[in-house]
Amino acid sequence: MTEQKERELYFWLRLIREFEDRISTLDKQGKIQGGVYSGKGQEAVVVGVCHELRPDDWIFPLHRDLGAFLVKGADPKRLMAQVFGRRDGFSKGKDSFLHGGDFSRCIFGATSMLGSTLPVAVGTAYKFKIRREDRVAIAFFGEGASSRGDVHEAMNFAGIYKLPVVFLCENNFYAYSTPNELQFAVEDVADRAVGYGFKGDVCSGNDLHSVMKAARKAIDRARAGEGPTYLECKTYRYHGHSEHDRATYRSEEELITWESRDPIERWEVYLEKRKYDIAAIRDEVGATVKKIVDDAVAFAEASPVPEGPEAMEDLYATPITEG
Amino acid sequence: MPVTYIQAINRAMHEEMERDENVMLLGEDVGILGGAFKASEGLLDRFGSERVVDTPISESLIIGAGVGLAIQGMRPVLEMQFVDFITCGFDQIVSMAATLRYRHGGQTSCPIVVRGPCGAGVHGGLYHSQNPEAWFFHVPGLKVVAPATAYDAKGLLKAAIRDDDPVIYLEHKFLYRRIKEEIPEGDYVVPIGKAALRKEGRDVTVITYGSPVHAVMKAARDMASEIDIEVIDLRTLLPFDWETIRKSVRKTGKALIIHEARLTGGIGGEIAARIAEELFEHLDGPVMRLASRDTHNAFAGPMEEYIIPNQEKVTEAIRKIAAY
Repeated sequence: MTEQKERELYFWLRLIREFEDRISTLDKQGKIQGGVYSGKGQEAVVVGVCHELRPDDWIFPLHRDLGAFLVKGADPKRLMAQVFGRRDGFSKGKDSFLHGGDFSRCIFGATSMLGSTLPVAVGTAYKFKIRREDRVAIAFFGEGASSRGDVHEAMNFAGIYKLPVVFLCENNFYAYSTPNELQFAVEDVADRAVGYGFKGDVCSGNDLHSVMKAARKAIDRARAGEGPTYLECKTYRYHGHSEHDRATYRSEEELITWESRDPIERWEVYLEKRKYDIAAIRDEVGATVKKIVDDAVAFAEASPVPEGPEAMEDLYATPITEG
Repeated sequence: MPVTYIQAINRAMHEEMERDENVMLLGEDVGILGGAFKASEGLLDRFGSERVVDTPISESLIIGAGVGLAIQGMRPVLEMQFVDFITCGFDQIVSMAATLRYRHGGQTSCPIVVRGPCGAGVHGGLYHSQNPEAWFFHVPGLKVVAPATAYDAKGLLKAAIRDDDPVIYLEHKFLYRRIKEEIPEGDYVVPIGKAALRKEGRDVTVITYGSPVHAVMKAARDMASEIDIEVIDLRTLLPFDWETIRKSVRKTGKALIIHEARLTGGIGGEIAARIAEELFEHLDGPVMRLASRDTHNAFAGPMEEYIIPNQEKVTEAIRKIAAY
């Protein structure tokens, strides 16, 4: 890996964390409304996967994958405006960040029905296949969503047609409050891949090296026409399901255990062992990402609040005319 | 040569797939078998298995994948083998497809058609007889059409395929082979949102769609000497053609809405409310409705007859409103 790439990866990890932390702060200050679903602690997954993608590959992120938007090239200013529900957001205020994608960056906006994007990702991958396009689709979902029927239907179909899709499962051990042992009777949900006729793989979602290696393999496999991969990344969210959830269903010890495996600190240890001046890099990148997020917040705060009647726009591509 | 209603559907798909290489069909048994009712006969041979896709029994996948294809520029037609099965794909229609453009602030559209056989009268029982239009009538972002003639079956399907929004296309299986008529060779469309005035009349406006159109037309002929009935075939349910309804009810002063879907929460209630709100001073009697009884689509013959608005009930309902 080149030094430039190592530093770039660090920049993305830090930008996502800065962005996430700022949103949490804004939420506490009452400056933003609606659900905030922090992905803090899971940054290595979205960075490791999205950094391996090309601009015309499609991603289908879920509610905790704000970082995927950033790495895939979404403008941080517009993303923040989306979080604020302003007119310059991708939804123009019609919903908050997780539901408005950025089609110019090949990012699809999910619904709140977890796992429902997997059939859509599979349809997109089917088009890539029949039109012989050298592109892949990445469907993000949590281990919680893995219980939904949509996930089964999508994977089954993708297996039949060996579609260029990666099913990227972020296993963070809780579906809201429900622990894994109450969600499924297996240790690794990726074991299910066998039943769909494709490869399953498990990696440490808090270790960027591990994610990148596994993601690269899965993406290469998809590009080579060898079919999907069920890639499960074990990780952990530091915050509750959403910001109002105090996550009393888990122990402090468990949280601290995972914080000691922090993906950003791990990458800093790596950079340090590479004999880079980590103190200088940390300060420099810290200042850069702070400025980006400051600018994004300023932009979002200045962006117009939509007017009430705008709620009637964008319902139809071919507007229906009323008599 | 005259064609049946289902042949008209088949022709529409053939012609649209010929016209536009982005049009494709996904569904259960649509390829090798040519569809459970033969709606897609010949398509696999002509267009190949990449564009005519036999899917597993996975309605949610069929519709969700359709959305994924649509955002990549394709125009998928998605068949529900019986439209009753649409419940298994309900979330993909209502939460995914209907909100797609909206939640993306107009960045994209969602040109999918979800089509399948609806309706009773063929001893289909609980899960092969339903009329699900009211479930979707409530959802902004969708369009819902329901042809009653072979001409409209072809023209509306073509319009639906070319439309950039998600369209639910309800084909009435009772009409599949019972309706046979001359239709033009080649290309034409029936615009979405426009009703057809099937018969002009002065006494009563009957607003209907789908299978009951034919019972209403028969009643209009049979009763011509006593009541002069005006018949509106809505063709599109969402958005319904208010202008045509308005003009007609202003003239006749009497409105009867007939549909085979259940009465309570049905489309008839919405149309009745609109008439009551906007045309109150033109009315010479209550706005009335005839629909299926509020029960499930029972299987046994006498029960099915008891439930649906058959010829006898149509005639009776028209007499009742005409008497005001």
